[in-house]
Amino acid sequence: MMFTGGVDVGSTYTKVVILREDGRIAAKTMVATGFRLAEAATCAFEDAIAAAGTSEHEVAYVVSTGLGRYQVPFRDTQVTELTANARGVRHFFPSTRTLLDVGAQTMKSSRLDERGKVKAFRLTDKCAAGTGAFLETTARYLGYEIDEIGPLTATSKEPVAIFAACAVFAESEVINHVSSGRAPADIMHGAIVSLADRSVQLMKRTGIEAEITVVGGIMRFETMVRVMREELKTAVNVPPGDLAQYTGAIGAALLAQRRLEKRCGEAGMDGSSRAACSGSAAGFSR
Amino acid sequence: MTDQESIVGRGAQEGSRLFREWYGGLTAAAERGAPTAYVFVMGSIAEILRVFDFCMVFPEINSLQTAVRGVAQDYLNQAEEYGYSTDICGYLKADVALQLRQGAHPMGRIPKPTLAVVTNACNTYIKWAEIWERLHHIPIFTMDVPGARSAGEEPRCGSEELERDRVYVEAQLRELVALCEQLTHKKLDLDRLREVLSHTNDMSRSWRRILELNQTSPAVFNALTDGTIFLGVANALRGTAEGGAYFRDLVEEMELKASRGIGALPEEKHRLTFVGVPCYPMFRRFYELFAEWGGVFVNSTYLSFAAGGLNLGYQYDLERPLASLAEGILMSLRQSMDAMFFQDRSLVEMAQSFRVDGIVYHPIKSCRTVSTGLADNRRAVMERYDVPCLFIESDMMDKRVVAEAQLKNRIDAFFEGLASRKLRAQARP
Amino acid sequence: MAYAAGIDVGSTQTKAVLIDEDQRIVSRALVDTGANVVTAAEKAFRAALDGASASEEEVAFIVGTGYGRYRVTFGDAQVTEISCHARGAVLMFPATQTVLDMGGQDTKAIHVDPRGEVLDFCMNDKCAAGTGRFLQAAAFALDIPLGDLGPTALRSKKPVQITTTCIVFGKSEILSWLARGKKVEDILMGVHRSIAVRSMGLLRRVGVEPQVTFTGGVSRNRGMVEVVQEMLGVTLNVSEESQFMGALGAALFALDHIRKSRTATKPPVGKSLGAKEGTAPA
Repeated sequence: MMFTGGVDVGSTYTKVVILREDGRIAAKTMVATGFRLAEAATCAFEDAIAAAGTSEHEVAYVVSTGLGRYQVPFRDTQVTELTANARGVRHFFPSTRTLLDVGAQTMKSSRLDERGKVKAFRLTDKCAAGTGAFLETTARYLGYEIDEIGPLTATSKEPVAIFAACAVFAESEVINHVSSGRAPADIMHGAIVSLADRSVQLMKRTGIEAEITVVGGIMRFETMVRVMREELKTAVNVPPGDLAQYTGAIGAALLAQRRLEKRCGEAGMDGSSRAACSGSAAGFSR
Repeated sequence: MTDQESIVGRGAQEGSRLFREWYGGLTAAAERGAPTAYVFVMGSIAEILRVFDFCMVFPEINSLQTAVRGVAQDYLNQAEEYGYSTDICGYLKADVALQLRQGAHPMGRIPKPTLAVVTNACNTYIKWAEIWERLHHIPIFTMDVPGARSAGEEPRCGSEELERDRVYVEAQLRELVALCEQLTHKKLDLDRLREVLSHTNDMSRSWRRILELNQTSPAVFNALTDGTIFLGVANALRGTAEGGAYFRDLVEEMELKASRGIGALPEEKHRLTFVGVPCYPMFRRFYELFAEWGGVFVNSTYLSFAAGGLNLGYQYDLERPLASLAEGILMSLRQSMDAMFFQDRSLVEMAQSFRVDGIVYHPIKSCRTVSTGLADNRRAVMERYDVPCLFIESDMMDKRVVAEAQLKNRIDAFFEGLASRKLRAQARP
Repeated sequence: MAYAAGIDVGSTQTKAVLIDEDQRIVSRALVDTGANVVTAAEKAFRAALDGASASEEEVAFIVGTGYGRYRVTFGDAQVTEISCHARGAVLMFPATQTVLDMGGQDTKAIHVDPRGEVLDFCMNDKCAAGTGRFLQAAAFALDIPLGDLGPTALRSKKPVQITTTCIVFGKSEILSWLARGKKVEDILMGVHRSIAVRSMGLLRRVGVEPQVTFTGGVSRNRGMVEVVQEMLGVTLNVSEESQFMGALGAALFALDHIRKSRTATKPPVGKSLGAKEGTAPA
């Protein structure tokens, strides 16, 4: 069995996916990126390999992505997050034409053509307005862990309005609401609504075309997806479970498969020679 | 309540009614495609446009109304989605959205323009008008009104420099007349112009009287809230018989209130000056943050620069209508545009004659023109005159930069200071 | 002998101070504010009472301050922290003419008179750059306890220049300096300097006149004290109680009320729970 690896080094979290030849996920891991990107990538990769019950040598090709994609010493090549995510979401939803990726520190909206190629994109403007970081800091301020955000907002009746576009100013609003005695669930709900608003605004700038897929860690929260559906007034795809955070790594691993096929195909190799082929990639030592 | 006292509150009621009616008129004009002029509050040249029966639209007022009615965010978002940056004037953006929505407005429907008249009172006006040019393919009349050449010098009627500039402005007015004649296929009716000018004169006299009446204690109207209604009528009905009548009635009401000691607030504790543009997204609540402390705004710089020079009390000379109109425009625009050069002086004068306890500066994120220099201005005023000055920042359109708790914190601290100042003053023998 | 109490409900911490009629601090308490402000205020008050072995009945008047002042439901009046820090600072350092208060959410420069009355103030209350929030963000980004920030920064030999104005970018800047191999203490000193520079702006706008007293939670940070002193060129007064300055000032206003009601012929007004309007300090 040969595997490929996708390593997504984000601003806050590093995700690794080990993919089987048949396209199924053998393992996935996530670690905090911290400030030593290469270490984080290596650590996550080693964990993933162990979880897949395989070894480094069985991973024939590794593609890295994310802001730290150049800091992955064991990669074979790297691609931008836009490319990786576009590939990753089409794996789940092949008809995706509009993709929204809300990361920890940036938000990206892209339009894909019928082949899944990125034809237009917009990133968040000047600051962290509408990013995962905003939800994290809000949760923390309210005394909750990130994973508690979902259950917390589920109890909210009415979101508290948060107007500020700037995540920092919005934090002041959150503090003010707490000072006024508003319920944490409602404040958290309000933060999500504010985030959803920004996302929809960004998407309108690239134009919205069915089908729409949303990814990023915060899309794990049911409230977030529900609010997005309400605002967009249309169906919205979201990868199942926690896979919404892994689409970049999955896409990278899928692209790794394609590269591998291309390389081996070019060399005219059959299946049994592929294992030999995998180690001869120029340049990168592991 | 005597018959006389029943007129108390009439101005606010009538003003709101006239305003609603005016929007009704705009909606009707939109429906029948009536010739419409888009103008600005500083330099509307309403008098000439009225003579040619143009329906007058004030985009700035349309925009602030979206904020007062709580829907501004929708309009701003639409403009931003269209491509305008968050840093751009909120009035302009809301208007862009309004245009994109074919004039759909909470107060009715806004007609499309036949022409636009712009002065250089605000540099945004000029680019704003270009948007209309692109969207509606209409002529834009841009009037160049020279400002004062030396800082700190107030324009004097009859001076050589002013006379030269007046000739220049009058020449442009004649060009505007020619354009209107071409667009409407009508000739300028000078008698009608004289009539319109005399209505403005009327309104001007009344306006000066009303502003002055607030020197009494208790103040008879709140410059922030009531002032906004009055300003709406002053602009929308400038040069009309109705406008003249409204302000005459307002004088009557205010004089009555002054003579009977009927104040804008049930208990006036602190008299304040407001510098800047109001916070429309939070209009009522903003007023309450001050009223809760017994704070009333007895005057506001807004009532001068946004009143098209009415506060100057300049009286048009009906013998030389165009020449005098040119002079009036020059004087009033100078006063609004150049105000920042000598505003510290005029603020101190106002503070003294109105016995003001504090000055509230309200710079807004949307507008650098209006907000420029306010921090320095404040220092200059505090050096000239011992008056507490508060500095609070928000916006006139964009709720995203209005933070009530932060505003309240500063406002409360200000009043705590005012209150103890008063107590100390009273305690002194 | 009655006590006067001040409760300062801040964005991160709630402080309570009890003083006696001679203006002496009898006890003080500090709790994390958390998401329930009312509970935090009550907890802090109880803790202060316990510290003084006092009962609630012995406290004749309670003043709430801070952003959460209207949530001190058992309070008698509310006064802004601006007025409170001014009052507290002048009690601790009678020659104070300028107060710099750096809290969790905002920073203020206050010009005061010898009685502790506010003559003018200038605040930075929207942007987190220049407030304790930037320090919190740095602590979180570097995974260092807040209390260690100052001492660590003071070890710096070559401070890094933090150029970004927004703390959201500031966090990224911190991480990128780390990735480039800069020492944690040099980065931290850069953060401290960046915050201090913003305060200079506020102080200049209000006018710096000695003596300058530094109050608020951030004044407990020795590193910040050093940096601000160096930039101002003036020695700062920093009290052991600097974190409690707001609560102390509030307690002083409470004491004013107690004294005023003693001299008045009417008995003192009963506690008004959840009082909404601010009342003028006596």
